[in-house]
Amino acid sequence: MEKFISLKSQAVSLPVENVDTDQIIPARFLKATNREGFGEHLFKDWRYNKDGSVNKDFVLNDDRYSGKILIAGHNFGCGSSREHAAWALSDYGFKVIVSSFFADIFKGNALNNGVLPVQVSPEFLEVLLHTVKKQPKRLIEVNLEDQCITMESSDHKEHFEIDNYKKTCLINGYDDIDFLLSKRAEIELFENQRELARVSD
Amino acid sequence: MNKTLFDKVWDAHVVHTITNGPQILYIDKHLIHEVTSPQAFNELERRNVPIFRPKQVVATADHNTPTVDQHLPVKDELSRKQLTQLSENCAKNGIQLYQLGHKYNGIVHVMAPELGITQPGMSIVCGDSHTSTHGAFGSIAFGIGTSQVAQVFASQCLLLTKPKSMRITVNGALKKGVQPKDVILYIISKIGTNAGTGYFCEYAGEVFENMSMEGRMTVCNMSIEMGARGGMIAPDQTTFDYVEGRKFAPKGEEWEQKLEYWKGLPTDVNAEFDKEFEFDAEDIEPMITFGTNPGMGIKISGHIPTREDASFEKSLKYMDFQKGESLVHKPINYVFIGSCTNSRIEDFRVAAEYVKGKQKADNVTAWLVPGSKQVEQQIEVEGLKTIFTEAGFELRQPGCSACLAMNDDKIPAGEYCVSTSNRNFEGRQGQGSRTLLASPLLAAATAIEGKIVDITKHLN
Ligand code: SF4
Repeated sequence: MEKFISLKSQAVSLPVENVDTDQIIPARFLKATNREGFGEHLFKDWRYNKDGSVNKDFVLNDDRYSGKILIAGHNFGCGSSREHAAWALSDYGFKVIVSSFFADIFKGNALNNGVLPVQVSPEFLEVLLHTVKKQPKRLIEVNLEDQCITMESSDHKEHFEIDNYKKTCLINGYDDIDFLLSKRAEIELFENQRELARVSD
Repeated sequence: MNKTLFDKVWDAHVVHTITNGPQILYIDKHLIHEVTSPQAFNELERRNVPIFRPKQVVATADHNTPTVDQHLPVKDELSRKQLTQLSENCAKNGIQLYQLGHKYNGIVHVMAPELGITQPGMSIVCGDSHTSTHGAFGSIAFGIGTSQVAQVFASQCLLLTKPKSMRITVNGALKKGVQPKDVILYIISKIGTNAGTGYFCEYAGEVFENMSMEGRMTVCNMSIEMGARGGMIAPDQTTFDYVEGRKFAPKGEEWEQKLEYWKGLPTDVNAEFDKEFEFDAEDIEPMITFGTNPGMGIKISGHIPTREDASFEKSLKYMDFQKGESLVHKPINYVFIGSCTNSRIEDFRVAAEYVKGKQKADNVTAWLVPGSKQVEQQIEVEGLKTIFTEAGFELRQPGCSACLAMNDDKIPAGEYCVSTSNRNFEGRQGQGSRTLLASPLLAAATAIEGKIVDITKHLN
């Protein structure tokens, strides 16, 4: 997995609440058997009209906005557990998603793919959504080591929480499988003890 | 210390606790299907790591399968490839697969309980958010992403932070016509779609105690729709009676031992939860959703609420409904009875009982999709098939079908579908489709009338 330490980038603002994973990547694109190329279908039904033409009103189709940070409304990533949602966001180029609330499974999936979910207060989210919309060039800095998100040339700065273990994983670019494989002996011991307990009952 | 059902099952599976970090949780059963597993198999191959405990993995093909002509080769090339890959991966790794056409094939959350794979006190995962269904047996069951599927392949474990616990208690007796689906839609409409985020939820009280296993599965299935990672119901005689004698259920002495253990699982009297909700059964009526998340539900006799809020308005615009209006008498052209929420035999019995001797309205396309081959067979054996066919319903073959519309079972853009599935998201049942979630009873009545009816007035 790619390392993540800090990032400074422009951002894209998507002020929609309850963005579910069916919107992030519709089910009809889940037929692939590898992880690549999902970016093309990110937010497909919002990016394109029913007749296949580009929906000019959708923010990803607006040339003024770009960047590696997506700022979205409350309860981002709810619904289906499809990790394809995280793959699509990452493949499209997003490294950080900012929201005031994330659905559990999505949060885990994002972290497992080097995409950092940054949970901020509803007030800070409002400021970000508004400022970025009005000033597309404004840079946002996300520093994982300090656990801080800052809006450049302003006083707007907020601390965010992240599980210590996950933070170490991201900073060093290693993942859960590596860790679990290193614990196999302990896992086998657990299995044996359980078996013994059952038989001796 | 007084422990909850959740604590007891969780703690029994902890292999190791990382200081200031997550725990390593042992997984008893890992269910997989064709859509969220291929990348995980690839990942293990890439790392040259074998599957650690293939005997604890069970596979089925369900998400992407056709619901007609299952004996023929799958027409869609990508779907066919995904199914072939699953077969190859399972064969190569010694994993039991119930492939398309197998007598045990079905939606993962229908077939596993039916075969007795799901048992109380277990930890069960699957790359599908509705894995919460299996919590109906008093097991810890939850959905995972594909990276986690790979983790379980590699180690039969997951790294997790223990969720908080919450309890929803519903006491009293349900009114006539109120189905388990109505109970859970009612709860979600009251507490919202993220009230459960970060929690594992136990359902307690007379309503769940008196519910069948099928009903309990419907309730636990939708736990994820209020954000909870999983739902649980304490195992009791109803649970034991359901499990006993099933194909993979413990037998003889092992059964006796397990039974003893299972009986000790229910939450201790003084155990504390991080959050509690209580409802009265008498307040619950048949429900229907009007918006684009499962929390946007109303009583069938009620009206769409009036709220000033952009997301709410966006949702109504998508559905083409007005604030303050009633849904009764809205014409409906599609009805879907199926999905891991409501495709068990009991659901079809409820529908058949209403449909018997009546005719489906001409404007309605009504799809009935059983959750598994076993349910399909039972529908035939019990004579329900005849009732449905005579009434003009289309009984299809098992699979996820129009619940997520990955196969050809799609609702056309702009059309309304009264559906017994679990999600009414934009485009969930096909691009531009509009979903109204309801119980199998209300869905059946809609198909007969060709419009939404106040079901309470139609029951004698
Ligand atoms: S029926 Fe629907 S919700 Fe259930 S497993 Fe299939 S796709 Fe998921």
